[in-house]
Amino acid sequence: MLFRSVENQIVSRTLPGTIEELSKWDDDSVLPSEQVYYQLAKDLKIAVENKTHTRLGSRLNYEMSGIASTFRKTGRSVKKWDIDQQINYKEKFLNIDKKWGNIEFWRLLKLYSPKVTSGYFLNAVDLIKTTEGISQRDETERIYLFLFQRTIYMSVLITLLCLLMGYPVAYLISRLPMKSANLLLIFVLLPFWTSLLVRTSAWKVLLQQEGVINDILVFVGLVGDLDRLQLINNQFGTIVAMTHILLPFMILPLYSVMKTIPESYVKAAKSLGANEWTSFRRVYFPQSIPGVGAGCILVFILSIGYYITPEIVGGTSGTFISNRIAYHISYSLNWGLGAALASILLVAVLILYYVYDKIIGIDNVKLG
Amino acid sequence: MALPVYTSRLFRAWDIIFKCICTFVFFFLIAPIIVIIPLSFNAQDFFTFTPEMLNFQSEGYSLKHYNDFFTNVDWQTALTNSFRIAPLATLISVALGTVAAVGLSQSDVPFKKLIMAILISPMIVPLIISAAGMYFFYSRIGLQGTYIGIVLAHAALGIPFVIITVTATLVGFDKSLTRASANLGAGPMRTFFRVQMPLILPGVISGGLFAFITSFDEVVVVLFVGSASQKTLPWQMFTGLREQISPTILAVATILVILSILLLTVVELLRRRSERIRGISA
Repeated sequence: MLFRSVENQIVSRTLPGTIEELSKWDDDSVLPSEQVYYQLAKDLKIAVENKTHTRLGSRLNYEMSGIASTFRKTGRSVKKWDIDQQINYKEKFLNIDKKWGNIEFWRLLKLYSPKVTSGYFLNAVDLIKTTEGISQRDETERIYLFLFQRTIYMSVLITLLCLLMGYPVAYLISRLPMKSANLLLIFVLLPFWTSLLVRTSAWKVLLQQEGVINDILVFVGLVGDLDRLQLINNQFGTIVAMTHILLPFMILPLYSVMKTIPESYVKAAKSLGANEWTSFRRVYFPQSIPGVGAGCILVFILSIGYYITPEIVGGTSGTFISNRIAYHISYSLNWGLGAALASILLVAVLILYYVYDKIIGIDNVKLG
Repeated sequence: MALPVYTSRLFRAWDIIFKCICTFVFFFLIAPIIVIIPLSFNAQDFFTFTPEMLNFQSEGYSLKHYNDFFTNVDWQTALTNSFRIAPLATLISVALGTVAAVGLSQSDVPFKKLIMAILISPMIVPLIISAAGMYFFYSRIGLQGTYIGIVLAHAALGIPFVIITVTATLVGFDKSLTRASANLGAGPMRTFFRVQMPLILPGVISGGLFAFITSFDEVVVVLFVGSASQKTLPWQMFTGLREQISPTILAVATILVILSILLLTVVELLRRRSERIRGISA
């Protein structure tokens, strides 16, 4: 996959002769020589027979829109040409499409002729590799940085919500006697064991405009029947559903740490004159920090790469970067860009994983 | 948790609030799962409680969504596919995971931490990345869209769970037992199967259950690596949720909830048994 994200063999493989000829073209203020056009005609003829010219067209289309149609159009004409004749190819190409006379286009072709490119990665962070060097995309076209930002923002929010809800529960369970603690733990473990899709579909059902929660709100009279709340297909839906799904991953590490904190410490603090709040803040909480760290990193790592839940309940405003990766791999077929986005995400996760390993140790992960 | 007599009134009030918060969180955890169960018996094609259901009239309830699940070809193929893939993937995960865990428990393994980290990574790395990577890799070696491909992918995803559970049972394992067995003339294979295996069996089984549920519940990798003929139950649910949402999904969900309750019970019993055998807790 990492290889995919920089691979760019298509140009040199489809137009080998042209690229070779093009490397001799140094004065990029004038159009390339007739020789280049002749090579292009030869390469294209072969490409058309193998039907690879359209693929090259759509590859270059990522960088300069409109090229795909140029290639398709040219391909149709080139098919009929008799290559052995040494006639004016430059003119012929220009007759098919004016783009062949565009110096910008030739510069682009030369820029993307090496086998390896950083173009996908630059695209993934909203930069674009142009003939004048690297520049930022237009304000309106910047989506990936924004998506990364949103992914991180929402993951942080979900992590905090999980911590806020998980901490009291873990505390309660860890203080109860064994028997009732086990009973309550089942309440935590049952969602943990239940299929992800079951939980997601449950939320989809609950949060719909005609769903159970809206029905209750209407029944209680908080909301009118006509202005039912939009709870799904937005960020709210994603955050609620994902908090629910990831909450057990917060509670379990917290619980396993809290179980080991002896009650006598807090009692000692109190007998020394600390009130409830101080003894919690100064004595209990610091001891539970390892659990907080473990839970937070785990939830954050899991949420940053989530795909299924945002896809189903997220709509357009609640989607994550992983949804975009999936889109590029299975729909737009821009594999390079999808792989580049995935690589960035992977690096982020691996750094967190390393931190997690350093703090807690990966072999200390407990399940159930 | 009875409060001592000397607690202040303020703290008593806080204690009540605290219990309310906890109750709310438990409600938040469980309610969504419970709600879908009665909804799956809805006689209408709605996703909410109809007036008939709220009045507990028998015409408000029906088994028609279950009927649909058991007769619809799409759902049945999906179910069969899931049951063809999950057990085999589990078997591979358990075999490889157990061996890896036993090997890594030896004290003289070089780069132990690194190997462990790599083996656990499928659990941590976002599924979408594993799926994308497998997709690129499989299409290169021709496993894309094959049954074997999915089984292997799921096996890789299940291995971390087996390693973790088996490692946990190995913590209390008495090394002198293997030495004693060797001393009595048993070869390494015999020692493993007759002495070590029975003791770590609870860990192996619960790891296997984790691996099974991982495979059984997995969508992302199947979506990328599989082809239409390998459509599994989660895949069918996923497309159902995204496109033609039908209440049959709730019937399936209910069945899966019951399955997970069963699995949870088994794992819990195993864990207790394992702790009893090793004398960790009474």
